[in-house]
Amino acid sequence: MKPGLRVQSIGPAATVQDPGRPGFRDRGLSPGGAADLLALAEGAALLGQGPDLAALEMPATGGRFVAEGPLRIALTGAPMAATLDDWPLAWNASHAMEPGQVLQIGGARAGVYGYLHLGGGIDMPLVMGARSAHLAAGLGKPVSSGAFLPAGGGAGLSGQLLDGTDRFNGGEIRVVASLQTALFAEDTLARFEATEFRRGGRANRMGVEMLSEGEGFAADGQLDILSEVIVPGDVQMTGTGLPYVLLPECGTTGGYPRIGTVIPADLPRVAQAQQGAPVRFRFVTLDDALEIEAKRRDHARHLRRAMRPLVRNVHEMSDLLAYRLIDGAVSAWDDPLTDS
Amino acid sequence: MPRHDCRLQALTPARRIGANEGVDMGTDSTQGTFPLIRTVGIDGMLVTFAPVLEDRANCAALAFRAAVDAAEWDGVIETATTLTSVHVRFDPLYVPHDAIRGRLEGLLAGRDWMNAPLPDGRRLWTVPVVFGTDLAPQLGEAAAEAGMTEDQAIESLTSQTVRVLTIGFAPGMPYMGPLTPAWDIPRQKALTPKVPEGALVLAIRQVIVFTSETPTGWRHVGQTAFRGFRPEAEEPFALQPGDEMRFTAIGPADLEAIRADNATGMGGAKVEEIA
Repeated sequence: MKPGLRVQSIGPAATVQDPGRPGFRDRGLSPGGAADLLALAEGAALLGQGPDLAALEMPATGGRFVAEGPLRIALTGAPMAATLDDWPLAWNASHAMEPGQVLQIGGARAGVYGYLHLGGGIDMPLVMGARSAHLAAGLGKPVSSGAFLPAGGGAGLSGQLLDGTDRFNGGEIRVVASLQTALFAEDTLARFEATEFRRGGRANRMGVEMLSEGEGFAADGQLDILSEVIVPGDVQMTGTGLPYVLLPECGTTGGYPRIGTVIPADLPRVAQAQQGAPVRFRFVTLDDALEIEAKRRDHARHLRRAMRPLVRNVHEMSDLLAYRLIDGAVSAWDDPLTDS
Repeated sequence: MPRHDCRLQALTPARRIGANEGVDMGTDSTQGTFPLIRTVGIDGMLVTFAPVLEDRANCAALAFRAAVDAAEWDGVIETATTLTSVHVRFDPLYVPHDAIRGRLEGLLAGRDWMNAPLPDGRRLWTVPVVFGTDLAPQLGEAAAEAGMTEDQAIESLTSQTVRVLTIGFAPGMPYMGPLTPAWDIPRQKALTPKVPEGALVLAIRQVIVFTSETPTGWRHVGQTAFRGFRPEAEEPFALQPGDEMRFTAIGPADLEAIRADNATGMGGAKVEEIA
């Protein structure tokens, strides 16, 4: 039998995700794929495998998993308390699991989406060229208790550690002007940049709500705009001028105007902002955005250079114990967030 | 075979036509001359032929997209059409924006796209529909709005051909039109909480065959067993923008028989190439 992980319990809305399913925009299907693509790339690097493989995306809380056969795993994205047979496991790292060992992953300490990767990827059948669930389109389902996640297996790494990039507490989000930015008055654009938003309670893989004090951000003639193309990252204004940042499962077209588009490098920061996290938007020029994009791709390509071995020795064990004590106020089994 | 030529009239501008707000139409306050080229995020260009839904702008978008596809420009990842625009997505680190813009401008200048013929490779679908009955309870209401009896409405809807103007809101879901002007009927004020997959709904000179159960403000005038999105199939999407559709009236018992043998999701539809 193929090795894999048996799901004993799991939070709601956990799904299998890979880089997505691009190329069907003309047929009304958005690309989908992992909400935090950097976390997906980090997991691939930590396991020494290709970036297109599928992992388990866990919003807000993890679950309990038993190894059926020897496995390699990696943990990335929103940091969550994790243990292997009750021993604390380093996050943003890859580990070996022996048959029968129990992996327990708790609630997110910061951020929203944690990722559990398997050596060789989660080997689910391809549907339309990808393994990503796209719930908005009716493709795939959330992973439920009792499910088996088969590992693709093969050669690769474990026992590796990567320093994570901080993207789990909101912050500055860079946007470029897009097709409808010119519909917004100059002073509305200035106010949009000057406003401190907080991530609202309405958020899923289609988009996240951003709240602020004061009046909204309506476009001129907002209700009379012909429906036009939408892409992930678009900052869409609702009828009341409330911004939503659209994520991988957004629609392909829509009638609400978009004030700009979040650049790909900052989309993980949007997806990973917890409810209440402060967010500010800043316009950058297209040239600057392309420079940042080149750096983003370069960073993702060379993650392996930044890895170091996770040495299991007495010193590290004592470090881990100390860490556990210091962090004792946040147990691994904190109440999961329920808002995402 | 009646062919669908691009008509010159604007389709009821400045009125909301969205099913679930999916598609709106009206004036665009963007200043500029058309066709208009704008950026989409960091990796897209949008060529827009008109700020309101004019049928010939939709035809222009279909024709222009086919020309972009045929040109096979290096660095282009995918193309798509909306009601009156063509979206070209490309890798901006591989081919600069200026290069794509230059190529688009060159292609635009090469012909009068607003009067261009529709591209080849389109298909005509003939789809069996139960009009009215308890399967599609709003036929009478829609017919009355259009100033017809139910029989006249069925006669009207089965004697014209509609074109897939765009696909969106949900995967594979076609916005089709234009119907004859009598069918310029408004959306209902309240949403119908749900209509089933395969429902034929109508408003503002357009029809949709829904690809999943959904709430809608459009009137449910017919019921088909046609599935526009079949994720399990080798070809998951039945329709392409630019395809055409005709409807034939059947009875509820016929639909039952079709449903009993509908593994392909075709719902008894016939399909032929438009020569």
